[in-house]
Amino acid sequence: MLTNHARLMQFFAAANEITGRKKLQKMIYILQHCNMPFEEKYEFHFYGPYSEELSLRVEELCNLGFITEEKETKSNYVQYHYQITGDGVDFLNQFHMDMPDMTEHITLLQRKSSRFLELVSTMYYFDGLPEDDIVRKIHTVKPKQKYTDWEIDEAFRFIREINPVQ
Amino acid sequence: MITLSNRNGLKSLPYKDKQLHEEKVFKDPVHRYVHVQDRVIWDLIATPEFQRLRRIKQLGTSYLTFHGAEHSRFSHSLGVYEIVRRIIGNFENRDDWNNDERLLCLCAALLHDLGHGPFSHSFEKVFKLDHEHFTQQIILGETTIHTILERVEPGFSQKVADVIDKTYEDKLVVSLISSQIDADRMDYLQRDAYFTGVSYGHFDMERILRVMRPLEDQLVIKSSGMHAVEDYIMSRYQMYWQVYFHPVTRSAEVILSKILHRAKYLFETNYTFKLQPFHFISFFNENVGLSDYLKLDESIVFYYFQLWQEEDDAILKDLCERFINRRLFKYIEFNPNQQMNEWMELYKLFQEAGINPDYYLEVDSSSDLPYDFYRPGEDDERLPINLLMPDGSLKELSRNSDIVESISGKKRTDHKLYFPADFLKRLSDDIPVKQRIMDLLNFEQPLEGEGEHAD
Repeated sequence: MLTNHARLMQFFAAANEITGRKKLQKMIYILQHCNMPFEEKYEFHFYGPYSEELSLRVEELCNLGFITEEKETKSNYVQYHYQITGDGVDFLNQFHMDMPDMTEHITLLQRKSSRFLELVSTMYYFDGLPEDDIVRKIHTVKPKQKYTDWEIDEAFRFIREINPVQ
Repeated sequence: MITLSNRNGLKSLPYKDKQLHEEKVFKDPVHRYVHVQDRVIWDLIATPEFQRLRRIKQLGTSYLTFHGAEHSRFSHSLGVYEIVRRIIGNFENRDDWNNDERLLCLCAALLHDLGHGPFSHSFEKVFKLDHEHFTQQIILGETTIHTILERVEPGFSQKVADVIDKTYEDKLVVSLISSQIDADRMDYLQRDAYFTGVSYGHFDMERILRVMRPLEDQLVIKSSGMHAVEDYIMSRYQMYWQVYFHPVTRSAEVILSKILHRAKYLFETNYTFKLQPFHFISFFNENVGLSDYLKLDESIVFYYFQLWQEEDDAILKDLCERFINRRLFKYIEFNPNQQMNEWMELYKLFQEAGINPDYYLEVDSSSDLPYDFYRPGEDDERLPINLLMPDGSLKELSRNSDIVESISGKKRTDHKLYFPADFLKRLSDDIPVKQRIMDLLNFEQPLEGEGEHAD
């Protein structure tokens, strides 16, 4: 039961603070594609890859007092902030596990907007396709986002940077 | 599209438009009849890949709790097809509905669960599989299903795969099979209620179908049908907690997962099985090809579980005997927030008592979000159910319905701690840790799951 929770705790410990549920979802999905051993199952929802399992585990970690969830009310929506707590750090110290170092990946992902990470994760979802087909798919599944050619090129460049083996 | 002339000079229809000479019907306990008129649908049902679904139970281990729950993914798939057939029958000639998508909708509805394997939940977890991946592979790979779909038109199989994958461009088509009020859920709630014999899970589907409308890229419900939708949402809520997350079913699921883990571990540590587990080898190696995947149905799984009861490995033998003979683990409520230290202590005590906690002590969690609406900026990516108001505007369901509002966005989680009470009771009193284990597991109280054969 605890191994997958502990992996997420390693992530929160390395990330310091995560702003936004969508950003959290997309970061874990992208890290999975960078061979980080997160096992949360993702499905394609209307706005990209999304994991119910991840959302459940995060809620459990909040209930356990290992991370905090702060709710910030913006003008027309609510944004959530996640941070590891002292109890969370204690738990990690007790629960030893081998996990690749993901600090560098997390730093790169943290700098990007959730809109951009949504684009990158959607591109990863179609990663078996040729690049032209990926672009066509992006416009098909996300017409309302109106991603520009520049953003898509930037996302391809980012994928090559974060995961050179792809 | 080219039409061909037959020997009598009559033009025969292209395959995609071919109709059976006479409509075929399947008798169905939920929808009374499932009607098939399209040649393509009839041919798809006859394929080995679709017939395989007869050998996979819709509700996995639930038959150990609800003895009637023996229905298959085959009957559910036919049911979803039938509901979609009725919906698009109602949509014909409505604005915003493109009837060219009719056959695509029917095929996607029929094939949406094609990649499910036996006891999907446990197999997917233990062997890191994804049934959706296999659905795509069956539709797009070298299969009879693929050949039939490509006869409809080149590239048609990809369209069907995209609808099921929710990445098809026409979101209205996707919504029929996958949304908060889709044909998939409407069938499984009613079918599972029927076969488990529970009284919840029923709602007025006929009414919902009558008030369902296509509007641009979404399905909406005429506001006059709101109460039927409320019933549907509540029935979903009830079914999750009374049937799908039933603690006895979860106990069986825990044992099933442990069997698979143990067999995999033994294989990896070069244990010699009395009969080489041929059908499982690619699963143990986590490198499952399509043909291996399609061969493994429930009859094969039960065959191995029967054999493994005769194995020399005490853990595998015991777990299989438990599963086959329904000698399940007992459980107590568990609050991870307050009892994590107790769990860690129990883990060590089990080891000291000679019971391997990796196989005999498990915290299982269930969670459900009965209905949620889209929150801009911080969504969890579920589309809302929208009501079509008399003035033509749309209103999100939970903003109009107090009942739905009361359960909207509320995630309920339940944790239980599972263990073999019979083993523990049989421990010698001389084992120093026995009393402490008994205290932590609250053995003075009657245990839940004890003598529980039905809900």
